Amino acid sequence: MSLQDKDRIFTNLYGYQSWDLKAARKRGDWDDTKALLARGQDAIIDEMKASGLRGRGGAGFPTGLKWSFMPKESKDGRPSFLVINADESEPGSCKDREIIRHDPHKLIEGALVAGYAMRARAAYIYIRGEYIREAQVLEAAVQEAYDAGLIGKNACKSGYDFDVFVHRGAGAYICGEETAMIESLEGKKGQPRLKPPFPAGAGLYGCPTTVNNVESIAVAPTILRRGAAWFASFGRENNKGTKLFQISGHVEKPCVVEEAMSIPFSELIEKHCGGITGGRDNLLAVIPGGSSVPLVPAAEIWDAPMDFDGLRAVGSGLGTAAVIVMDKSTDIVRAISRLSHFYMHESCGQCTPCREGTGWMYRVMERLRTGDAAVEEIDMLQQVTKQVEGHTICALGDAAAWPIQGLIKHFRPELERRIAEHDAMREAAE
Amino acid sequence: MAARHLEPDTAELRARWGNFAFTKAWEAKARTAIAKYPDGRQRSAVMALLDFAQRQIGEETNTQGWVPIPVMEYIAKYLDMPVIRVVEVATFYTMYNLVPVGRFHVQVCGTTPCMLRGSDAIMQACKNRGMRKGHTSDDGLWTLTEVECMGNCSSAPMVQINDDNYEDLTPERLDAVLDALAAGKAPKPGTQEPGRHTVEPLGGPTTLKAMVKANFDYRKEW
Repeated sequence: MSLQDKDRIFTNLYGYQSWDLKAARKRGDWDDTKALLARGQDAIIDEMKASGLRGRGGAGFPTGLKWSFMPKESKDGRPSFLVINADESEPGSCKDREIIRHDPHKLIEGALVAGYAMRARAAYIYIRGEYIREAQVLEAAVQEAYDAGLIGKNACKSGYDFDVFVHRGAGAYICGEETAMIESLEGKKGQPRLKPPFPAGAGLYGCPTTVNNVESIAVAPTILRRGAAWFASFGRENNKGTKLFQISGHVEKPCVVEEAMSIPFSELIEKHCGGITGGRDNLLAVIPGGSSVPLVPAAEIWDAPMDFDGLRAVGSGLGTAAVIVMDKSTDIVRAISRLSHFYMHESCGQCTPCREGTGWMYRVMERLRTGDAAVEEIDMLQQVTKQVEGHTICALGDAAAWPIQGLIKHFRPELERRIAEHDAMREAAE
Repeated sequence: MAARHLEPDTAELRARWGNFAFTKAWEAKARTAIAKYPDGRQRSAVMALLDFAQRQIGEETNTQGWVPIPVMEYIAKYLDMPVIRVVEVATFYTMYNLVPVGRFHVQVCGTTPCMLRGSDAIMQACKNRGMRKGHTSDDGLWTLTEVECMGNCSSAPMVQINDDNYEDLTPERLDAVLDALAAGKAPKPGTQEPGRHTVEPLGGPTTLKAMVKANFDYRKEW
């Protein structure tokens, strides 16, 4: 059975109603948060573990388990921090924006609950710089929460002191990587750190830190109120819960929508998006989880369950559940080449394989787009993507490699066709 | 990012910006920003202060502002950090303008989700009005930049102009927005699609319909 409205967490997703505290309270936010906290840190973490929630930022690491890595007591006086990743910049992703501008109190309440559970002193919400109006709403919502005594000293009269701060980025995709985000919070260039040490041991200002995605944090209070069993009743084993899907590209009605995990691609598209532009037969390929995951051809994606395991089974991934749909009018090589341009633009420049490789890959992709290349170069490109992948400090190198690998895997004949066509034209000209 | 460069550090630049200081209003904001971080960690506020400086210069010059070298030096002193660390931050993050820009900074998203929905035509519409990528028009009104994904993919294509987003664009809708801005009006930000509210499916939401008219409390159905 499909997800019912009463089981949707983000009820003001489309912003038909006010985001402010009064309206949010009427929708159920900040309802006796004191009692949630009174359950105790371990009980909260256990409930989150039992819910099966996996991180919504792309990697899908179990959220409750991540929280449990934080130290239970500070032996040397260092405080702990929660950092909330609102640096939503993965092409195709546009869900955290809706949470922040339409349901910010879910995020702030989640920050308190999560911060309390992991014994953090404060939360820093790192919001991407381009979300200017969204940051204004968030700042205003944080102020409302302070004024109402919900956060700050003796938050919600729980006896726990907890601050929430908003930190604005300034235009760098890489700051969505957790250690780059920590560097940026410290006032530096956002270049990822080598791990270990992991942030839970030494993160922000050298203190224990957990970095969580906006959606992972914002769903926490509802999970605690309704119980782990409720959340785990949606989706397949190992892929539990509800999820914000963001559909863009060639569908009749692009939208953001909350659905149960594991919903088949076809149902997601036909129920909420009015179908593929020009009908099902016009579908070419789908990038199902944001730009970093490989594309999936039409035939393989149609019945695939939209979850971590279902999309891995078709050689891709759920990522942020940003579904980029491409119909047969798409210049597929250009679509991927434009992503290569993105990664070239966003490489932080720290690791040589990525700094040099992303530019090189983009230039070859542009030649493949026009067919101005030799057939052997397809294999060379594949080889270079393998030399970038896994050879950099962070996953940006991998993310730059995978879309190209997906293209070569599924559309090699198209690449060869363009080269042959280009060769024929050159011969004719001679 | 390689295309970014610093405005040369000339005597004229020093004469114009060497005495830069925050106004009272921006000074207050700077103090609030610094207070967000633990004692001794004031450097964390460098991103906020660069933004404030850019905005103050924008107000003074009736543009979207920029951060010349002497201003970076001022911020370095303000936060007790080496100048080079401020320059590193200012050059790393693309939202800090390293050269002057116009009154309206038209930032067209050209990444794949917008490309699929027609960002080529949006970019062309800007060019048809005389804008050039990476340049400011002679009348000082328009600076055109192609930017990477802005996170408005379900209401693509989009442009961000100054602090507002204009989504679900066509060349005609963009022209209407730009005409309004040029005439000193404030066009409605957000989606330009008639009948669409935000990112619900066009024609009305397929879920949460009760929320359209009232602030519905679904808890009674739990």
